[in-house]
Amino acid sequence: MNKLLSLAAAAALTLTSFTAYAAGGALVPPEMPWPSVGYFGAFDKASLQRGLKVYTEVCSGCHSLRLLSYRDLGDLGYSNAEVKAYAAEYEVLSEPNKDGDRVLIQASSADKFVSPYANEQEARALNSGALPPDLSLIVKARNRGKGNFFANFYDMLRGRGYASGADYVYALMTGYGDPPADVEIAEGMHYNKWFVGNAIAMAQPIYKADPAADGTPGTIEQQAKDIASFLMWASEPRFEERRAMGTKVLLFIALFIIVLYMLKRRVWRDVH
Amino acid sequence: MISAHSAPEFKNSVVRWIDRRLPIFTMLHGEYIVYPVPKNLNYFWSFGGMAMVVLVVVVLSGIMLAMQYAANTDLAFDGVERIMRDLNYGWLLRYVHMNGASMFFIAVYIHIFRALYYGSYKNPRELIWILGVVILVLMMATAFMGYVLPWGQMSYWGATVITNLFSALPVIGEPIVTWLWGGFSVDNPTLNRFFALHYLMPFVIFAVVLLHVAAMHQSGSNNPTGVEVKSQEDTITFHPYMTAKDSFGLMVFLFVFAFFVFIAPNYMGHPDNYIPANPLSTPAHIVPEWYFLPFYAILRAVDFQFLWLVPAKLGGVLLMFSSLLVLAMLPWFDTSKVRSCRYRPIYRWFVLLFVVDVVILGYVGGKPAEEAYIVIAKLATLYYFTHFLMITPLVGWIEQPRKLPNSISESVLKSV
Ligand code: HEC
Ligand code: HEM
Repeated sequence: MNKLLSLAAAAALTLTSFTAYAAGGALVPPEMPWPSVGYFGAFDKASLQRGLKVYTEVCSGCHSLRLLSYRDLGDLGYSNAEVKAYAAEYEVLSEPNKDGDRVLIQASSADKFVSPYANEQEARALNSGALPPDLSLIVKARNRGKGNFFANFYDMLRGRGYASGADYVYALMTGYGDPPADVEIAEGMHYNKWFVGNAIAMAQPIYKADPAADGTPGTIEQQAKDIASFLMWASEPRFEERRAMGTKVLLFIALFIIVLYMLKRRVWRDVH
Repeated sequence: MISAHSAPEFKNSVVRWIDRRLPIFTMLHGEYIVYPVPKNLNYFWSFGGMAMVVLVVVVLSGIMLAMQYAANTDLAFDGVERIMRDLNYGWLLRYVHMNGASMFFIAVYIHIFRALYYGSYKNPRELIWILGVVILVLMMATAFMGYVLPWGQMSYWGATVITNLFSALPVIGEPIVTWLWGGFSVDNPTLNRFFALHYLMPFVIFAVVLLHVAAMHQSGSNNPTGVEVKSQEDTITFHPYMTAKDSFGLMVFLFVFAFFVFIAPNYMGHPDNYIPANPLSTPAHIVPEWYFLPFYAILRAVDFQFLWLVPAKLGGVLLMFSSLLVLAMLPWFDTSKVRSCRYRPIYRWFVLLFVVDVVILGYVGGKPAEEAYIVIAKLATLYYFTHFLMITPLVGWIEQPRKLPNSISESVLKSV
């Protein structure tokens, strides 16, 4: 089995080196070692918390996260009080009061993440016509794989799930730079190696920052890793529940297979 | 081949009471306990039962999803995500349903291959076979409409492309498409009716499966030798033999199913369906679900006018439907008297080649319509039809089949 797997791996690697384009015509970003992938991986909670900080301080100025509730943040290791305090930084419209008015009140844990813009038109107006996409599902939506069947199949067996979407977000955050001499980038657009067509309306969002309180360096790469991890978590907050249950279910079925096989052998003993 | 065994004396008095008035227990006893099946069935014969189990699983998970789902273009996408995130075990329901559809097609495609290879479609099982193709068509319609419900980009654009095919019909095409949509584009009315139909169709499938199985119990199962059952020596009772064997096969199948649900639930899906439907932004490549790809390739293989009469689009549509029609007519294209490819030294290779051809069609069906892929699609489509219309009848005539065993028992004894 091991031999078979490594053979498949070798075949997959050779094939990937030929095709560098994923579905949708994007360049395939390099694979990152996300701690949550694989059969026994787990999210690095500290990294998710730093990722939330990057989202709150940088991305949330332009990108909504409308499918996520504040109470979901409990999964990142925050206490109820902390979640409540985080939500209270934002305002939502109340239900009509007794005068029939709706007023702005502090958001509660049960509210969804408040969007930076009232609607798409406002979002476009403030971003010179471009629409910053909602980030709730961005990792699943950019999970384009590696551009060939065998590499994707191998990733599936390794339990990488939608990690190629996180690879992309990381690559996008770190992929800014000067365009090659022969590439013309229009006014207001920015060169990014990993974006389809290379000209993206989003200016480089992450720059070098001070180290975090726990001493984690504030490099672009570190912040990009954290925000990509956070968005991977946000794409499916029930992921850890799914995989924990999956391990048990698969184990149970595997044992049941053995029992049924022995039963079958016994029943069929006298058939010729 | 209704069992000759008389009804047993049931121990439970309630069962006895009911059975005397409505003999369902006698029937079940006859059809699923003492029912005689050839004793040499291999694991390919387990896939029908597996398909039945996934069908039930997909229907049950679907009914529970429907209790939470809202068929409205403003609510559908976020509503499905609400099921995934906020409903207890909602993610499980949705992933089971989503991957259940794929597992259903996997089981049925293998089931069909079994019939192709062992000649199960031949006299006297032609009706079983045709009902099977009807099931396949119904499954495709059901799955297509189900895929529209989460209202992602691929939902919307897939629905647009496929419903638009009807516009290829001369004169009545455009009005029909407008009628199907309930408007001038895929929109809220379309989503509503697709939901209603998606809920209805599986029950139609159940009905046809019932006929399919009833017809099968009439002629009895085929077997790997393709030689009919001659005496009781050739058979075993359904219970405990097939129940034990099928349970084992089913559990292996469920392992794969569970693997997809829990470890790789999005592997067989398209990432763009996690982007909400947007009529103003067409995805770079519109790709249907994997199980449609061979047929999609046949559809796109026609990019030329046919005889100045049939425009390309209509040609593609006609060819796609013909591909299912020739499949249904296979019993009449096959001229060989021998059922099983075990004893057909030439045709067996052509059956395998046909599978390769379908895989190639599936591969190019998922690729953009670019030059090289179109050429491959055309050749593979040509081969698909050649297989049914020329190779199958010709090989049946010229092939010298190997000597058939006198009975199933003889073949089993020889192989021991
Ligand atoms: C100044 C506003 C702004 C900020 C701040 C910002 N973005 Fe964006 N972002 C945009 C715009 C505008 C687009 C649309 C780009 C386009 O379509 O060309 C975009 C697009 C994206 C995309 C989608 C790229 C694709 O493949 O389509 C991702 C992912 C993304 N941003 C992530 C982030 C992250 C993570 C942060 C925080 C670190 C961030 N953005 C901060 C404006 C912003
Ligand atoms: C909803 C999908 C289907 C279900 C639930 C189903 C179920 C079954 C079951 C339970 C059997 C008996 C067990 C077996 O022989 O495997 C059977 C037999 C058969 N099925 Fe299906 N089936 C389905 C679809 C199809 C399709 C699409 C085809 C072909 C186009 C097909 C062709 C046959 C044939 C030819 C037999 C007789 C097999 C034999 O005895 O050799 N079935 N089916």
